[in-house]
Amino acid sequence: MRSIHRYHEFWLTLIIALMVVGTTLRSPGFISGQKMIEIFNDSSMLIILALGQMAVILTRSIDLSMASNLALSGMIVALINAAYPEIPIPVLMLIATSCGLLMGVFNGSLVWWLGIPSIVVTLGTLTIYRGIIFVLAGGKWVNADAFTENFIQYTRVEFLGIPALSWYAIIIVLAFFIFMTRTSAGRSIYAIGINPSAALYTGINIGKTQFMTFCISGALSGFCGYLWVSRYVIGSVEVAKGYELIVVAACVIGGISIAGGVGTVIGTVLGALFLGFISNALPVIGVSPFWQMAISGGAIILAVIINASSQTQGKRIILKNREAQS
Amino acid sequence: MSDVKTQTRHIADRLESPLKLAVFSWPSLLLVVAIALFILNSFMSPYFLSAWSLSDATFNFTEKAIIAFAMALLIISGEIDLSVAAIIALSSTIMGLCLQLGFGTSELVLVGLFVGVLCGAFNGSLVVGLGLPSIVVTIGTMSFFRGISFIILGDQAFNGYPAEFAFFGQGYVWWVISFEFVLFLIVAFAYFVLLHKTNFGRQIFVIGNNATAAQFSGVRVKRVKFILFCLVGLMSGIAAVLLTSRLGSTRPSIAQGWELEVITMVVLGGISILGGSGTIQGVFIAAFIMGLISFGLGLLNVPGIVMSIFIGALLIIVIALPIIAGKIKNRLKA
Repeated sequence: MRSIHRYHEFWLTLIIALMVVGTTLRSPGFISGQKMIEIFNDSSMLIILALGQMAVILTRSIDLSMASNLALSGMIVALINAAYPEIPIPVLMLIATSCGLLMGVFNGSLVWWLGIPSIVVTLGTLTIYRGIIFVLAGGKWVNADAFTENFIQYTRVEFLGIPALSWYAIIIVLAFFIFMTRTSAGRSIYAIGINPSAALYTGINIGKTQFMTFCISGALSGFCGYLWVSRYVIGSVEVAKGYELIVVAACVIGGISIAGGVGTVIGTVLGALFLGFISNALPVIGVSPFWQMAISGGAIILAVIINASSQTQGKRIILKNREAQS
Repeated sequence: MSDVKTQTRHIADRLESPLKLAVFSWPSLLLVVAIALFILNSFMSPYFLSAWSLSDATFNFTEKAIIAFAMALLIISGEIDLSVAAIIALSSTIMGLCLQLGFGTSELVLVGLFVGVLCGAFNGSLVVGLGLPSIVVTIGTMSFFRGISFIILGDQAFNGYPAEFAFFGQGYVWWVISFEFVLFLIVAFAYFVLLHKTNFGRQIFVIGNNATAAQFSGVRVKRVKFILFCLVGLMSGIAAVLLTSRLGSTRPSIAQGWELEVITMVVLGGISILGGSGTIQGVFIAAFIMGLISFGLGLLNVPGIVMSIFIGALLIIVIALPIIAGKIKNRLKA
């Protein structure tokens, strides 16, 4: 199994490298350190969200509410910042993360306690969370002039030439890597995905672990809520609408099996970078941005076909975890 | 879940009486909710109880419900299609393109349906032919189909559909009974017969409960699933014709987010998302419930985004309540 993962990541890296070379041939000057940092910075939030989604998908669940969670947490901190500009930004970050965590706890407890399939729960909370934004803000937008300078700068300050936004992503990627590969909680996430029955007999509490993954994805979405509002300097109902499926797409392209148990942190990061690269490279080579959607759709389909050919085992269909519910 | 439980299956001496089963079934629970909503609506707004406003209310859900019936069959068989809204967009765009080429009304409709079936067949061949998980495939085709619309249209729109074409989405068959509503009833009846009264319908249930057993019992699992994907495509094509005709224009962002609403309708209708169980009656009533909620709240000037809170909450509550009731019952027994 190990070699297959490396195989997938190897090919994905190769494809991204080929695209970089191809783009550079079309428009020399594309391959500069500055541009690479820019692409990574653009993909930072997608990377963070995709890691949270990865943890959830590995346990054979799915979290469709991430984008709504992000938008709601972002709106909350945007409103707080507009009303009380004196509150320091780290506190706001903490508030955003806690709001996200709370929503994750809600998702997770419905999945754990009531055993409702995650796709149904998060489909419901997806609309609920986004609706709450409208109620909270009274349908208004929080515009650029409402934010304090610090609020905007906390994602833009550069350290060693790399913007803070990218540093957050780098730190979270490293933490996630250690968590998934070096801790028993991380390993139990994989165990559940590969074989829930065996995991149960090893003494892993399946529901509790799934609950934990929803908390992780919720907290990360909340944190990204702050990042999103700070980066794009707008808080509105429309923030990140439809982004939940792009996050799933990044995971799938990164080699995460939707049937659970298969996938790595590095693969997920590469998947997110792939999508980030496409959106950056298309304008450079003179392709209309309207092509972007079809190209990422094609990439997802190709990625699934490639994934499936490397995972020959017949897997379950709609995130079934029936056998885990015994 | 922490300790391994053994399940004992009780086989009752006598079958439950059919009447009792019917009264306590999911559709009857939904019916109660629907009637309660209806009564609540008529108290809340004086404008609700008029033939014309009720007729207007049906436009809110008929197009989505038409897809939901086919989606119900697909979900019962254990697959899912998230690309339905994108199929509407693509089908509508191709219709607009053909309009530019000077196609007449009947050809436009045929083109719309054909594109729908083609998209469904594309999904079906990827899922069935290559054995890929449908949820991911259709997330991919969702971007892909709508992406093609964006490539064709960009930020433009197609307008100027012929006057006869407007009948499908705006026409009335008799008095306040719209063409869309009649079509909705016909489709509902057709799917009821297909799922509950035919061999094919039984096969769908068998596949959803145990695809391997179905295979060994001589059910052509792959073929059935492929047909279901094509059906969902066809229904999305029909919805595309209706919606395009109703709006009178095509933009690539048409029907955005409908996939989740259609699935909400199906799940609310009591179709198990894990496959293998559910009824068309349930989906039928769920369609009315969603229509009543959005129309009733609309009359009260509640914005659409706030309505979605109610729909999302309803989805979770309706599914959670029986589970909580079961838990309490179990605890009382023990």
